Amino acid sequence: MGDWIPVLDHIDLEFHDGEMVCILGPSGCGKSTLLRLIAGFDTPSAGEVLVDGHPVRGAGPNHIFVFQHSGLFPWMTVYQNVEIGLRNRPDHNEKSERVQEYIEMVELEGFEHYYPHQLSGGMQRRAELARALAVNPDMLIMDEPFSGLDFLTHMKMREEVVNMHQFIGKTILVVTHDIDDALIMGDRIVVMSGRPSTVKLERKLDFAHPRKFDKEPGLSTLRDELFLMLGVSYAV
Amino acid sequence: MRKQSVAAGLVSFAMAVVVWQLTTSLSDWSPHVFPGPVQVMTSFWELLVCGELVKHAVASLYRVTLGFYLSACLGIPLGIFLGRLRAANMLMNPMIHFLRPISPLAWIPLAMLWFGIGDPPAIFLIFLSSFFPLVVSATIAVNRINPIYFQVAANFNLTRYEVITKVVIPAIVPSVVTALRLTVTIAWLVVVAAEMIAVQSGLGYLILDARNALRMDYVMNGMIVIGLIGLTLDAIMRRMGRIESAGWGRISG
Repeated sequence: MGDWIPVLDHIDLEFHDGEMVCILGPSGCGKSTLLRLIAGFDTPSAGEVLVDGHPVRGAGPNHIFVFQHSGLFPWMTVYQNVEIGLRNRPDHNEKSERVQEYIEMVELEGFEHYYPHQLSGGMQRRAELARALAVNPDMLIMDEPFSGLDFLTHMKMREEVVNMHQFIGKTILVVTHDIDDALIMGDRIVVMSGRPSTVKLERKLDFAHPRKFDKEPGLSTLRDELFLMLGVSYAV
Repeated sequence: MRKQSVAAGLVSFAMAVVVWQLTTSLSDWSPHVFPGPVQVMTSFWELLVCGELVKHAVASLYRVTLGFYLSACLGIPLGIFLGRLRAANMLMNPMIHFLRPISPLAWIPLAMLWFGIGDPPAIFLIFLSSFFPLVVSATIAVNRINPIYFQVAANFNLTRYEVITKVVIPAIVPSVVTALRLTVTIAWLVVVAAEMIAVQSGLGYLILDARNALRMDYVMNGMIVIGLIGLTLDAIMRRMGRIESAGWGRISG
């Protein structure tokens, strides 16, 4: 349908086990397309996505996608949503314990039987995180995980994701347009250019957590550099 | 709020009765042509007491229930099937949209020829009246499901069967309840027409029979009962939409 538009161009990236990589880029540059290819929702028209050396064939619970706007099933309660990935576990007790464990991990105890629309935006994201983590995936793929949240919730969620990553050490790919998020969270950042998208910059971030811009001059310099690169001359 | 709307409804009925009474007393039409509220209420009581009204109402309701149930049982699954299978939808869709605008009443001659006299042709007509709208609504509802949910399903390895039971069906419940509510009204419209032709009972038959006997008050009684039952059916369907699982579509605010 429609004309064929090249979105990604010679992207060659490698993600390591347990690494949190933040992918930055202008909007519409194909960041989300890249994530969808990695998740197996789409197939690349050229090239391939390899996980542990095997090409990705379709989506599966090894790499869970966390959607930009809620991907929770609105007709299921928090409990049922988290349970969905564990539905085939034979041991009923073990299953419900695990569901409960992850609901508690994201601090949603007491809200097990609430429907998503009864929760705040931040609680919805946390519930989705619990659902994703409950299946113990090798990799989490997060598309603009904090978009649409108010400032404080955004900050708190970011802190939680960083803590969660340090605690469970999973590979996490985060697509964001927020430079600060990328710098605060990422073990590595990847900056993509506009369409057709190429990798413009790749940088390892060896700063200890919790990171603060005023404590780490290197971080602030990089921040200014990134703002310039993405076309803003004055960092806010 | 609810009490207010009930009160408003009662007031509007009372006003209608007043206007009706005034019209009959001010016009010089004979009560045989345009009976007034008092005469109609009196004969309503008569028909109610002798059981005639209830008998006919039950006969009509029986046909509507059966025909409507049949069309829901066949139409909604077919709609889901067409919504999920693009090829099948492309094949069937033109046919459905061709058949849909044909009034069920146009089928009366064929229905009588195929199913004879009695309940079956009437039930068939009611079935037709609600079948196509339900198929179309269910198909559209399935097509409108946010694609994210199918990606989530793929992400958690839901089987084809689980996608239907855990995603598609709950996702379309709100729109299907709305469609059922609209189509039950159509079915109720059609049963009256169907009963004027092929059967010896039902509210449609009551009206037709009263017309032949030139009892316009009985005709109006039939109309009143049809209206009341229609109102009740709508209220029941509306209540169905309020059930928690059906109401997930009502995002707060």
